[in-house]
Formats: sequence, C-alpha cells, structure tokens
Amino acid sequence: MTLEIIGISVLWLFLFLYVIVASIDFGAGFFNAYSAFSDKQHILTGVIQRYLSPVWEVTNVFFVFFFVGIIGFFPQTAFYYGTTLLVPASIALILLAIRGSYYAFATYGAKINHRGYIYMYGLSGLLLPAALSPVLAISEGGFMRLEGGQPSLDYWALFTSPLMWSIVVLSIAAVLYISAVFLTWYSWKAGDDKATDLLRKYALIWAGPTIITATGIIFELRGHNPEHYANLLDLWWMFALSFLLFLGTVYLVWKRRNYGMAFILLVGQFFTAFFAYGASHYPYLLYPHLTIYDSFTNESMAIALIIAFIAGLGLLLPSLYLLFRLFLFDKDYVKGKSDYHA
Amino acid sequence: MGFEDVALQSRILTLMTLSFHIIYATVGVGVPLMIMIAQWVGIRKNDEHYILLARRWARGFVITVAVGVVTGTAIGLQLSLLWPNFMQMAGNVIALPLFMEVFAFFFEAIFLGIYLYTWDRFEDQRKHFLLLIPVALGAAASSVFITIVNSFMNAPQGFEVLNGELVNISPLLAMFSPAVPTKVAHVLSTAFMTSAFVLASIAAYRLMRGSNHIYHKKALFLTMKLGLVFSIATAIIGDFSGKYLAEYQPEKLAAAEWHFETESEADLILFGILDGDEAKYAIRIPYALSILAHGVPDAEVIGLNEFPEDEIPPLWIHYLFDTMVTLGMWLAFFSFVFVVGAWRGWPIITKTWFRWLTVMSGPLAMLAIQAGWWFTEVGRQPWILRGYMKTSEGATTSGNVDLMIVLFAGLYVILGIGTVVVLTRMYKRNPVEEELAMRESNKGGEEE
Ligand code: HDD
Ligand code: HEM
Ligand code: HEM
Repeated sequence: MTLEIIGISVLWLFLFLYVIVASIDFGAGFFNAYSAFSDKQHILTGVIQRYLSPVWEVTNVFFVFFFVGIIGFFPQTAFYYGTTLLVPASIALILLAIRGSYYAFATYGAKINHRGYIYMYGLSGLLLPAALSPVLAISEGGFMRLEGGQPSLDYWALFTSPLMWSIVVLSIAAVLYISAVFLTWYSWKAGDDKATDLLRKYALIWAGPTIITATGIIFELRGHNPEHYANLLDLWWMFALSFLLFLGTVYLVWKRRNYGMAFILLVGQFFTAFFAYGASHYPYLLYPHLTIYDSFTNESMAIALIIAFIAGLGLLLPSLYLLFRLFLFDKDYVKGKSDYHA
Repeated sequence: MGFEDVALQSRILTLMTLSFHIIYATVGVGVPLMIMIAQWVGIRKNDEHYILLARRWARGFVITVAVGVVTGTAIGLQLSLLWPNFMQMAGNVIALPLFMEVFAFFFEAIFLGIYLYTWDRFEDQRKHFLLLIPVALGAAASSVFITIVNSFMNAPQGFEVLNGELVNISPLLAMFSPAVPTKVAHVLSTAFMTSAFVLASIAAYRLMRGSNHIYHKKALFLTMKLGLVFSIATAIIGDFSGKYLAEYQPEKLAAAEWHFETESEADLILFGILDGDEAKYAIRIPYALSILAHGVPDAEVIGLNEFPEDEIPPLWIHYLFDTMVTLGMWLAFFSFVFVVGAWRGWPIITKTWFRWLTVMSGPLAMLAIQAGWWFTEVGRQPWILRGYMKTSEGATTSGNVDLMIVLFAGLYVILGIGTVVVLTRMYKRNPVEEELAMRESNKGGEEE
C-alpha cells in the first residue's frame, strides 16, 4: 500500500462517516419541519432533539476533518477546488450556519420555536446535500476549464448536466432514507410507537427513489465519463452486494423486525457502494487534471500526518464510544426519562 | 477589475470572518477554564453558589460554542477558497498542526456534549467535573495549533525553495518556528484574561441592575481576581512578544513604533499623529523601546530605513499596537484596584461609576484582542508568508468574492444579534434567585 492510498482511504472513510451522520442530522431536520407543517410535531421533536442536540458538533467536525485532511494530504486540491468552488461552498457554509444557529438558538438557548425557523432548518437539510454533492459531479471532469493556467467552473455545463442533477436527487433521497431508517430504530428504542410507525413509513417511501437514482447515475456516467464507467462495471460485484444489503434493510423494516440490524445493513449498503465508487474513481481526484499521485504532499508530511492520525484516533475512538454509550445506548436517556441538561 | 481587486476583496472577507470568529473562539478557549474553576471552588467549599455559577456559565457557553463552530467552519473553508495558492504551498509544509487541530475539535466537541447533558447524572460531582478537563484541554489545544500555523506565516521555516520547488520539508521544524513560544503563550493568556473580564462584566451588570444578590458578588470577585492574574501574565508575555519581534520581524515592530531610523536608546512613542516622518503630539517614553525590544536601555533597535519601500507594513498599525497595550495596562491596573478594594473593603468599588467601569472591562478586553490580531496580521503585510509569498500572490483568481462579502456580512450580523438576544432572553427567563430558591427546596429530596 502506498502512502497515497493510505491517505485517500483515510479521507474517504471519514467522508463516508460524515455522509452517514450528516444524513441522519439533515434528514431529521427535514422530517421535523415536515411534521410541524402537518401538525404532527410532537411526535418527532422529542426524539430528534434528544439524539441530535448532543452530537451535531461532532458531526460537523467530520466535515472539517475532510476538508482539512484533503488539503493536508493533497495540497494541489486547494488550487483546483479552492479556486472554483467559492460560490457553491459559500452557499453550503450559509446553510450550515442556519443549522448550527438553530441548535444554538432554538434547542440550547431560549427555545425560539418560531415556525419559520423550523422550516428554514428543515429546508437547509435538503439544500445542503444539493449544495455539496455537485462536487462529485465536478470531479468527473468536463465542468472545469483552465484559462491561462487558472481553473474556472463552467456553470452552464454544470447546470445543464443530467449527471449533476441525478447526483443531487440521489443525495437528497439518500439523506431522507438513511435518516428515516436510523430514526425508526431510535424511536423504537425510545419505545415511542407513534414515531416509529411514522418514520418507518418514511423509510419505506424513500427506499425506492434512493436505489433508482443510484442506478441512474451509473448509466449517466456511461455517456459522461466512459473510463470511470468501465471501472465501475469491473466492480459490479460490490454493487451487487450493496444491492443485497439494501434488500435486507427494506425487508426488515417492512416486516417491522430488528430495526437495529436494518440500520447496520444500511450502513453496509452505503459502505460498499461508496467504496466501490471511490475505488473506481481511482486514481483521479479530478478527471483528467488531478490524480492522487501528482497532487500528493511530500513524503515527510505524509508520514507525519499518518502518525498524527493514528495518535488522534487513539484519542477519538474511546471518546466516541463514551458519547454513544451515554446518548445512543443508554436506555433511560433515549427514553427521555432523565434530563440532565445543564 | 484587476488581480489586485480580488486580493483586496479576499483580504476583506478574511478579515471579517476572522474578526468575528475570534470573538467566539476567545470565549471558547477561556470560558471552560472559568467554569472549571468555579465548579472546583464550589465543590471544595461545598458552596451551591459557585456550582450554580458554573452551571449557568455552561449554559451560555454552549451557545457561543455553537456559533464558534459555525464561524470556524467558515474560516476553515474560506482559507482554501480565498487563498488557494497559499494553501497549496502551506499544505505541503504546515498541514500537520492544522490536521491535529481537527482532533482537538473532536475531543472538545465530544466531551462538551457529554458534560452538558450529564449535570446531576453522577452521584459524585467530582466525576462530572472531570468531564470538563478534556473540554478545556481541547479548546486550548485547538487555539495552540492554529496559532502555530499563524506563527509559521510570520516566521516560516522547515523547508527550502529550490528552483521554485519546495524541498527538504520538515513538518516538525515548521511547527516549532521561533514565533511559537510567545505567540501561543500570549494568545492563551489573553483568551483567559478576556473571558474572565467578560464574565466579570456580566456579574457587575447584574449587580447594578436590580439584583444585589451575594451570588453575583462572589462571581464578580472571583472573575476579577482571575482577570488580574491573567492580565499581569499577558503584559509580561507581551513584553517577550516585543523581544521576539525585534529579533525576527523587526519591520513589524518598527512600523508599530514609527521607528524610522536604526538607533540605540530608542524612545517608545505612544499615540500621536504622523506628519511625514515626524510623530506629532505623541508621548515619548525615553529608552522604553530599547527596553521592550532588547531588555536594556541602550540597545540598538532596527528602523524602517533598513527595509525596501515595498516591504514595509502599513504605518497605521501603530494605533492598533497602542490600543492593545493601553487597554492591557488599564485592565491590569483596574482589576488590581478592584481586588485590593474588595479585599480591604474600600467603598469606591460599589459606586455606580466604578461599577460602570467594571462593566466596560469585558468589551475593552475584547477590543484589545481584536486590536492585537489586526496588529499582527496587518503588520505582516505585504507578506502572507513572510519573505516567501506576498499576500496578492496567495489570493484566489475567482470572481464573486465581492458578492460573498455581502452574503457573509449579512450572516455575521444575524448571528451576532442572535447570540445577544438569545443569551439575554435565556438568563432573563430563568433568574438566578428563582433557580437558587428552587434548588434549596429540592435539596432535602436530593441529598442522601
Ligand atoms: C486582551 C488582549 C491583549 C492585551 C491586553 C495585550 N495583547 Fe498583545 N496581542 C494580543 C492580545 C492582547 C493577541 C490578540 O493575542 C495577539 C495578536 C497575535 C498574537 O500572537 O497575540 C497580540 C500580539 C502582540 C504582539 C505581536 C506578536 C507577534 O506579532 O508575534 C506584541 C509585541 C504584543 N502583543 C505585546 C503586548 C504588550 C506589550 C502588551 C501589554 C500589556 C499586550 N500585548 C497586551
Ligand atoms: C490564528 C488565528 C488567526 C487570526 C485571528 C487571524 C486574523 C487575521 C486578521 C484580523 C486579518 C485581517 C488583516 C488585514 O486585512 O490586513 C487577517 C488576514 C489574513 N490572515 Fe490571518 N489570522 C489568523 C491565522 C491565520 C491563518 C492560520 C491563516 C492562513 C492559513 C491566515 C491567513 C490570513 C490571510 C491570507 C489574511 C489576508 C491578508 C491580510 O489582508 O492581512 N491567518 N488575519
Ligand atoms: C485562521 C484561523 C482559524 C481557523 C481556520 C479556525 C478554524 C476553526 C474551525 C474549522 C472550527 C470549527 C470546529 C468544529 O467544527 O468544531 C473552529 C472552532 C474553534 N476555534 Fe477556530 N479557527 C481559527 C482561529 C482560531 C483562533 C485564533 C482560536 C483561539 C484563540 C480558535 C479557537 C477555536 C475554538 C476554541 C473553537 C471551538 C468552538 C468554540 O469553542 O468557539 N480559532 N475554528
């Protein structure tokens, strides 16, 4: 294994973790807003606030980890992506600010439960994946031009690209699906039958669109980036595995059985698909300009970063374990029996 | 529309985001320590007031942290968006502390979540107290790491440039540049000092507006004592920072002091206005600059005449430096008077005008922080990486930065107002007297 591969694998893994935890967070906000809209708020709010409030800052750090890490391991990405993504990334920042301030002002603070705010918070959960996921489309190439050595983004090509829109739709459907499956499990643990039923329904509704758009993207790629498409087909067995896991989740949720297992299968489904996608993208970070090899940092920095990563992980894993034990696996807390907020 | 324009716009946006983030970041570094001290005193003295103090501070703290996280994420991403050329280069040499900072964030965020949601969950208060240590450590560590990055920009080392290529890179050497000791120490002590004064301001304000409760008196006395300790530390470390500048960034010190010619027995110039090369209406303290720079009155201090015209920082940083130092001296003096006064029972410290001065100490300390950062960042100009890369070379070439300035300005205004409104509302709805009374009545039930 080369240092380049270690670096990109670490980053890809953390991006994957961010996708899962952030999806839960984004989707929950949307369901919360939707239920406020249809006057079912009391069903979901409790579940959502009990789980999300203590952990959203941790969720955010996964994102920070990714963009700091990619600049560290692959500094040239700063040049290509940094120059071109000013507008989309700034929009994503504003949306993140809406979410962060909702936690700060509405759930921790003075309990401002203004409806407009709840809707904004919910909507930002849908818009964020839509703002972040085009980066995946851009990385497929064809949307970035080099003018006098300076990269710039071809917005027109991007916004008229079916590939970009399929990725956006997939990201939204996936967010809602991941979130619904997780929250079904969480509310089932909380012994909240009403919320479980409602969320289970959402999970089943969003399963279809998720798998359809995911398949659609593979076909979009055939026209857009044949090289990537061919690599994807070589890994067909991973996607097949992912699809089986998907069926497993849907089956369990459908049968109202073992929601915990259903969520684990879902993580497996996304894990295999995400890594198959990443592996087939190899070695490009940006078709055709940038590969992980020519953008890689120097060897001494790479080694230093990997050592720091291992040391950091040694600190992180026990702390995360403690956090989850207290807020995810603690029966009394989950059920809302004990409220120890400062 | 030239290249210069975008660089200027990028500077403005960076300045805006950092200046806003630094308010929350300072509170984020300092307040956990204050909470820790209050909770510790409470446990030791078995005094419910201090425990409640810690708890109420913690409640407000969550809100500032959340906004700090939002603005920090903004500046973190903006560094790459606005300074892609710089970050590409810096990524090769100084990525290590940036990366380590993320782990500090993780650590802080995780334990903060746990700490906040486990009040009274443990039988033994001390266990809960222990959870705060990683929060304070994580916050301090994140400021240490980011300050290390900033130090590198001021005194780059740990690499060589050969035909435009970076070679011989040593991440550890880059991390421990000569600017690190004074910068890190000064940033930490000012964060502690400022947080203490901010909390003192709140207590003083409550004492003036209605509530003469002993709870606020205890809070005020405790925070003023801490403010005194850290402001003395700040002044001492600030003196070392001056010596660092004289040695490694003499142009910054010379510009701050309007010191045009290299000379020994140099005067320190305070305030004044510049008329050509002449400082008018200024206070001159003989030998003081030589002492600040080298510790002896007859030392030679390098002047601006030794630098090329286009490498001299803007001279208005003089005012920033003066603002910071004056405020630092004032706050040390004022908190000294307060602490001695409170201890000896001087009547003036309860006078309204004196209370108003106490209320002002928090905002003034925050102003000093801003002045300090502006001084050191503007004083590094025209360099983004001193001696290697000019700020204009580091900037993005992307258009639309102007639009982003407007967008983020709006965001910060909303977040700023939101913070103030939410914090005041939160404390108004739940006054301390009521909470104390409630805890009293619960007491019988709670104790084993
Ligand atoms: C409450 C805030 C505060 C106060 C009262 C002071 N400072 Fe300060 N100062 C800072 C807040 C600050 C800062 C925000 O923390 C800076 C900006 C960058 C840095 O490293 O620290 C800083 C930088 C800074 C520098 C530049 C260091 C560099 O560029 O590397 C010098 C020379 C001093 N300070 C000196 C002093 C002196 C002699 C003070 C006398 C009391 C003083 N400061 C009070
Ligand atoms: C440690 C915390 C830091 C603070 C509080 C801080 C503060 C500031 C401030 C107030 C300015 C505005 C000065 C001006 O416009 O002239 C500024 C400028 C700038 N800072 Fe820093 N800075 C910090 C660290 C960094 C780091 C780590 C980087 C990059 C990796 C950086 C990059 C810049 C750049 C590129 C500018 C624009 C140049 C300029 O206009 O001065 N800063 N910073
Ligand atoms: C260029 C300068 C800076 C950058 C790029 C930066 C970056 C960040 C980022 C990305 C976060 C959010 C982390 C999360 O998601 O939890 C953050 C938060 C934080 N930053 Fe900054 N930061 C800078 C300057 C500073 C300075 C100068 C300090 C301290 C003196 C500081 C202290 C903190 C702290 C304590 C937090 C945690 C949130 C809080 O408690 O308010 N940062 N910063």
